[in-house]
Amino acid sequence: MSNEMKRNINSQNINGHQDGVIFEKSHSGRTNACQSPRESSASRVIPASLLRESPPLLPEVSEMQAVRHFTRLSQKNFSIDTHFYPLGSCTMKYNPRACNTLAMLPGFLNYHPLAPVETGQGFMSCLYELQEILKEVTGMKEVSLTPMAGAQGEFAGMAMIRAYHDARGDTARCEVICPDAAHGTNPATAVMCGYKVKEIPTRADGDIDIEALKEVIGPQTAGIMLTNPSTVGVFERRITEIAKIVHDAGGLLYYDGANLNAILGKVRPGDMGFDVIHMNLHKTFSTPHGGGGPGAGPVGVSERLIPFLPVPMVGYDGDQYHWLTKKDRPQSIGRLSAFAGNAGVLMRAYIYARLLGREGMPRIAEYSTLNANYMMVELQKKGFDLAFPSRRATHEFIVTLKRQAKTLDVSAMDFAKRLLDYGYHAPTTYFPLLVPECFLIEPTETEDKDTLDGFIDAMAKIQSEAETQADMVKAAPYTLPARRLDDVRAARELDIVWKPGEQTR
Amino acid sequence: MPFIPHTETDVKQMLASIGVNDIEALFDEIPAELRIGLLDKVPAGLNEMEMSRLMHVRASGPQPLCFIGAGAYEHHIPAAIWEIVTRGEFYSAYTPYQAEASQGTLQLIYEYQTMMAHLTGMEASNASLYDGASGLAEAVLMAVRANRKSKSKRILMPASVNPTYRSVVQTIVENQGITLELVDYQLDAGCIDVASLPADPGDVAALVIPQPNFFGVLEDVNALTDWAHVHGLLVIAVVNPTSLALLTPPGEWGEQGADVVCGEGQPLGVPLAGGGPYFGFMCCNLKHVRQMPGRIVGRTVDADGKPGFALTLQAREQHIRRSKATSNICTNQGLVVAAATIYMTLLGAQGLNRVANSSHQNTQNLAAQLNAIDGVTMAFASPTFHEFVIKLDGVSAEDVLGALMADGVLGGFNLNADYPALGEAILVCATETKTAADIAAYRDALSRVMSRLKGGAA
Ligand SMILES: Cc1ncc(COP(=O)(O)O)c(C=O)c1O
Repeated sequence: MSNEMKRNINSQNINGHQDGVIFEKSHSGRTNACQSPRESSASRVIPASLLRESPPLLPEVSEMQAVRHFTRLSQKNFSIDTHFYPLGSCTMKYNPRACNTLAMLPGFLNYHPLAPVETGQGFMSCLYELQEILKEVTGMKEVSLTPMAGAQGEFAGMAMIRAYHDARGDTARCEVICPDAAHGTNPATAVMCGYKVKEIPTRADGDIDIEALKEVIGPQTAGIMLTNPSTVGVFERRITEIAKIVHDAGGLLYYDGANLNAILGKVRPGDMGFDVIHMNLHKTFSTPHGGGGPGAGPVGVSERLIPFLPVPMVGYDGDQYHWLTKKDRPQSIGRLSAFAGNAGVLMRAYIYARLLGREGMPRIAEYSTLNANYMMVELQKKGFDLAFPSRRATHEFIVTLKRQAKTLDVSAMDFAKRLLDYGYHAPTTYFPLLVPECFLIEPTETEDKDTLDGFIDAMAKIQSEAETQADMVKAAPYTLPARRLDDVRAARELDIVWKPGEQTR
Repeated sequence: MPFIPHTETDVKQMLASIGVNDIEALFDEIPAELRIGLLDKVPAGLNEMEMSRLMHVRASGPQPLCFIGAGAYEHHIPAAIWEIVTRGEFYSAYTPYQAEASQGTLQLIYEYQTMMAHLTGMEASNASLYDGASGLAEAVLMAVRANRKSKSKRILMPASVNPTYRSVVQTIVENQGITLELVDYQLDAGCIDVASLPADPGDVAALVIPQPNFFGVLEDVNALTDWAHVHGLLVIAVVNPTSLALLTPPGEWGEQGADVVCGEGQPLGVPLAGGGPYFGFMCCNLKHVRQMPGRIVGRTVDADGKPGFALTLQAREQHIRRSKATSNICTNQGLVVAAATIYMTLLGAQGLNRVANSSHQNTQNLAAQLNAIDGVTMAFASPTFHEFVIKLDGVSAEDVLGALMADGVLGGFNLNADYPALGEAILVCATETKTAADIAAYRDALSRVMSRLKGGAA
């Protein structure tokens, strides 16, 4: 079928009424008695002034309508289970089903977070062992599991750095250094912790500009936030030297663990000289990303930051597992969540870690690195430009489409949208910001060679399409549930809540 | 190899293409002195069968009858919810950056935003924050930014707000120079006395109002809201979403309604699961939406003019604004929001009202029965939603809870550490999941324990 034909079919709404929002399927008086409790008498104690006057507008649909609606919605997604999803920096590897099934055993699901620990020893033992595994994997001295995503781990880390300096009376340190390639959460976190951000450039070979670092560092420096392998997909070779420069200036080093997959079982942030790190378990430890979360961002620290770790943590006295709280850790930066963080995510990561075992960990680094280097070399052979051609790829690498944008007027965004038509989720686009028209490509270790070859072929085909029919590429995609969306209109004519009387079609 | 598909032939071909002899060569840029050997302290790998056996053992602890609430609530979760949520297309998708390939997740979030806005009586909702406690911290940061009349960084924080929430807020906002000033509750009523609020609070950014409060007691939200607005404070409502099927939505509190609404989304179809993952919700009116943290989905049109959905107002977020973003949040609690959306869809307004009402009635019933036990009294005379506080005479709350546990009943949350002024006090919750027999079982257990302990003490 030609793309023209596909476009025509798609633009006629073949699914008719089935595609509206759930409220449009709603009919007053339709209920699901089976899912609701039986009716009980109205309250006699709540004063009328505190009672709701009219019921909230929620859908009134049957159970089957709900199931069909949300099942059909799910089918409009790309996901790891359905598509190759090489989103750089996100580590979209296969999420083993056993991790979900076993984390959802009733004994775990029904456990109230404030129940006495005596009734949850099995659950607590998993968390405790996960702490121990993560310590070993990262080379840090202690781990707290409580942060609920990478960014919250960053917050915990920077708050600990601040607490450390404050505890020593070293209170004039007001700046945090971030490379220009840093993820947006890094500078945003530094500001949330009350710091000013100093940016330093990345050199043409992908390493940090150490001369620039030496220029900005000083007695006002609280610390530096680094990712290694960095967000440009290369290993920072002079990391030990950087650590020394920062430590000599009295600063501490923060490790953004988004890219831990690349080095699992090979090198450890603790050995590189980092004082505090977060891990994204929803990346390296394969917990699902769920269309935006939940994640988990445990933090690990070197000796000197141990007293400041966020609580609760899980302790073990040789007999019983128990929660460590501010009572046990008076210098702790405190709590970050109402309970113990994203416990169910931690359980999935624990199960994954046990399935891999010690021998499985370095294999993750090996095969994710093999896949990335293979793709990098093959794409280069097909004529694509690499951002850092002199470097080895880690678990990810960057292709720049600057030439295509300039000579063919086909941008990285256009390539990305056209890839969707070929059945591949696009790589990360326009991050890191310093590489123009970039594709950050991370295949992960769970993809087979045929899949990688298919993607590489698709890229080559899009390149030739771009050369001969640029306009077609620029208007992609054609075969998805939606054509390119009008982002400008989304922001200008803000429609973020459906209102009765509106029609979707 | 677990989860790695490569055959030996694949590896050979790939290495040949790259031009190296072995995989090890791909790590040649890592300084040799940093390399490590085997991770000795990580146990050897297990297969799925072995792991399954291990986890079944660990999940097989006691399953006591639970009357603890205190921020996490046991509700019936319809079977369809987690079956749909764990479909790979939802479970294993990333944040919907490529809108055309994520219309399912995006539309679901738009529907979620709509439900939350209608439930809270506000005009806008974000796509979620981590949990109720950290969500309240974000609400405080937002209110400080959003209050145009005040440059103050002072926040009035009632002692009747969940003490853990207060400590989380403290952790998250203190480094920005924001101070939390405690507002006391009435010892006999368990809620704030509006008349005792200062006639001139000075320059303050916002007042936090919990409804119901941590004791389960209903605050006089209308008077509190009006007091705050008269003095130029914004109102941050921290609410239980189930209760909103019954109670006035924050958007209608007082003359003008609350300004920022947040809370814990767990009661909406999310299992207790040892404390997470849950999700924090946040709503506001359109005039403040540009100060809201987190992702927001908007409806727009595609190139063919057909309706479609995309992330919007991204200029608030860290990936665009970096150090000037409204928050550092990136990954949120997407999948849990999917569960809540399906929950609200299946129950509808009537079903949610029944959940709220049935929980309320069970709580009333339980309170009446416990009140009849010698040595047990109600701490507060005020109306409550689905929790209440009992005071124990002549015995310690810790001993009582320990003895109840031995009888297979988790009797509630011990308030001793957080509210010493209440004496020996326990926060008790009964939701719709508790039958008349469950309630009787608690009553009988408590009355046995009380007479035993009191007898023993005498
Ligand atoms: C390099 C990097 N740092 C930090 C983060 C933030 O992590 P999270 O989304 O878990 O908050 C991400 C991913 O989103 C990332 O790629």
